[in-house]
Amino acid sequence: MAAEKINMPQLGESVTEGTISSWLVRVGDKINKYDPIAEVMTDKVNAEVPSSFTGTIKELVAQEGDTIQVGDLMCYIETEESNTAKTSKETHQERESKLEDVQEDTVKDQSMKKRYSPAVLRLAQENDIDLEQVEGSGKHGRITRKDLEKIIESGTKPTKEKTTTMESSPSEENKKTDTTTAASKQSGPTSQPGDVEIPVTGVRKAIAQNMVRSKQEIPHAWMTVEVDVTDLVTYRNQIKDSFKQKEGYGLTFFAFFVKAVAQALKEFPQLNSTWAEDKIIQRKDINLSIAVAKDQELFVPVIHHADDKSIKGIAKQIHELAMKARSGKLTGDDMKGGTFTVNNTGSFGSIHSMGVINHPQAAILQVESIVKRPMIVNDMFAARDMVNLSLSLDHRILDGLVCGQFLARVKELLENMNENTINIY
Amino acid sequence: MPVMSYIQAVTAALREEMQRDENVFVLGEDVGKKGGVFRATDGLFDEFGEARVLDTPLAESAIAGVGIGAAMYGLRPVAEMQFADFIMPAVNQIISEAAKIRYRSNNDWNVPMTIRAPYGGGVHGALYHSQSVEAVFANQPGLKIVMPSTPYDVKGLLKASIRDNDPVLFFEHKRAYRLLKGEVPEEDYVLPIGKADIKREGSDITIITYGLCVHFALQAAEKLAEEGIDAHILDLRTVYPLDKEAIIDAATKTGKVLLVTEDNKEGSIIGEVAAIIAENCLFDLDAPVQRLAGPEIPSMPYAPTMEKYFMINPDKVEKAMKELAEF
Repeated sequence: MAAEKINMPQLGESVTEGTISSWLVRVGDKINKYDPIAEVMTDKVNAEVPSSFTGTIKELVAQEGDTIQVGDLMCYIETEESNTAKTSKETHQERESKLEDVQEDTVKDQSMKKRYSPAVLRLAQENDIDLEQVEGSGKHGRITRKDLEKIIESGTKPTKEKTTTMESSPSEENKKTDTTTAASKQSGPTSQPGDVEIPVTGVRKAIAQNMVRSKQEIPHAWMTVEVDVTDLVTYRNQIKDSFKQKEGYGLTFFAFFVKAVAQALKEFPQLNSTWAEDKIIQRKDINLSIAVAKDQELFVPVIHHADDKSIKGIAKQIHELAMKARSGKLTGDDMKGGTFTVNNTGSFGSIHSMGVINHPQAAILQVESIVKRPMIVNDMFAARDMVNLSLSLDHRILDGLVCGQFLARVKELLENMNENTINIY
Repeated sequence: MPVMSYIQAVTAALREEMQRDENVFVLGEDVGKKGGVFRATDGLFDEFGEARVLDTPLAESAIAGVGIGAAMYGLRPVAEMQFADFIMPAVNQIISEAAKIRYRSNNDWNVPMTIRAPYGGGVHGALYHSQSVEAVFANQPGLKIVMPSTPYDVKGLLKASIRDNDPVLFFEHKRAYRLLKGEVPEEDYVLPIGKADIKREGSDITIITYGLCVHFALQAAEKLAEEGIDAHILDLRTVYPLDKEAIIDAATKTGKVLLVTEDNKEGSIIGEVAAIIAENCLFDLDAPVQRLAGPEIPSMPYAPTMEKYFMINPDKVEKAMKELAEF
């Protein structure tokens, strides 16, 4: 058993309502499909309304004399057919769609937060409103014109000045850079008569860009250890002349430091890595960049697979790379693939410095000048050859603990280098 | 003030203008004795006689042509096209002659004629009894196209059309004839042709439309008001030439604009409205201008389900309004 509705039919073009002049059936009457159930009068026609179903009149909703809109309910008829299946299906669908609605609501989609309409941008500029601080009431977090109008009306404008956050909207950022470039054009450093202007080109420009990038992207931290290399100095001074004679190039202290660093990196691969936004890439190869200066230029050629090489091999390669750099013969391949940089700042006499990391590496080690200093050994003063090793580290990748361990290991390796332990070949 | 249906307002305007000016006469198919298939000219034949209420042959070209001739001669004909769909045989007369005669004759001649035609669907009229034809005429300088939405506007604008010294196409929505009722003053009044009218003041979204769709928009607006969405509704009333100032004001008011027409979307009146907004309102817009219109289908289908699919209705308008409000 199911109750079906009979609605006011359309009884002619332009007819939108009809008045029931009389019911031809009463509640409880059994009727067949197409039997007339009511007489209806419109301003165009008078007509009989046929039943759409076979069944029993259950309820007359409209009264005689009532004017009913086309499509509105006139009466209910109880039919034999069951339509429960249909209704249950409907409710099921309804429930599903409701569920979807709920899910959609709960997921806070902010993808439209920074999509500004012309009206929003104009209002924000005219009223100096920082859009970053405005909560959008529109779809997917979009800031609407109404949102801004409300803010303007309330008089509590979130302006740039009041904030301490450095976040800014793209438009404002543009504006800022525009003004800085404009300002630098007008009031930047200008040269006085007698000053020399050197155009920034080529390698100088590349160095500048790399340094800026490194300092802007990488949060630097620093750490320095002091190493006693008296034994190493003694040994190296013993053999340096014969080595030069035999091999044709000098045996520098730097080769020993590079060797020690390569070995320590093998044990602390954390320092031999790169920041890649959502991950940290630990490099398998140990390719050490070394800084080589030439006039106004600075090159960082690479000793590939430094961990595979003997001290002699390293010394040879340093020599070759330095020669190439000075004669301008370094190739792209010579500079590629560095995973860690060792910088021989000691050659300039520096005893302490804070290096700028060679982007995108994780750290740089400055090997400072070896200086003879009075130290206390076994509670007595002793003249010792001392060197500072200064490490700059990417604090996103590295922390003090691992760097401290790494430096301690380098220190240990270097302090144990003497004629009995070193094999330069 | 008496309450009248939309079609009663048509009849009242015709009767009053015929009483006021003996140069006004009516011609069309079945407009005489029968009083029109929709009863728009009901009673006029008895009151004014066969000389001023002319039954014509089934020849729309002749209805327009006779009207143009009579108008140029000094009379004020009100020609009825039984359905707007039937106006096509008269297009040459209307566009090539009526619209251009003042320009062509350097102001020596003019055509003070009104052509009335019922348009629009939703009445199971199918292909040849449901079309919206206004866009066909809406790039013909020299013509005016009036499409009122309420009985009050019908009376005031039909009188203005009859008194206008140039040809006016006056399209009446046939579903509105008996659906829409409203207060209409008994006294004589005219409304300005070329002026749009704000049918509802609101601050959240702007709906610009005309004809029966104004009514749908008003219904939807009432529903949405319960949800806190405040709609501003502009009734174009004259769809050619458009009231640019009113369109710009309405679009600027909220920055979120929904344009509605029952006509097929592409090339419709609202496309021109969108262009006016694009030219003038960029820095006030808060959302892409939205259009709600009929599909690109040759004409209204007969099957009720398909007619429902084609037709604009309050639910469709409400959905579009809500989406725009939430944007």
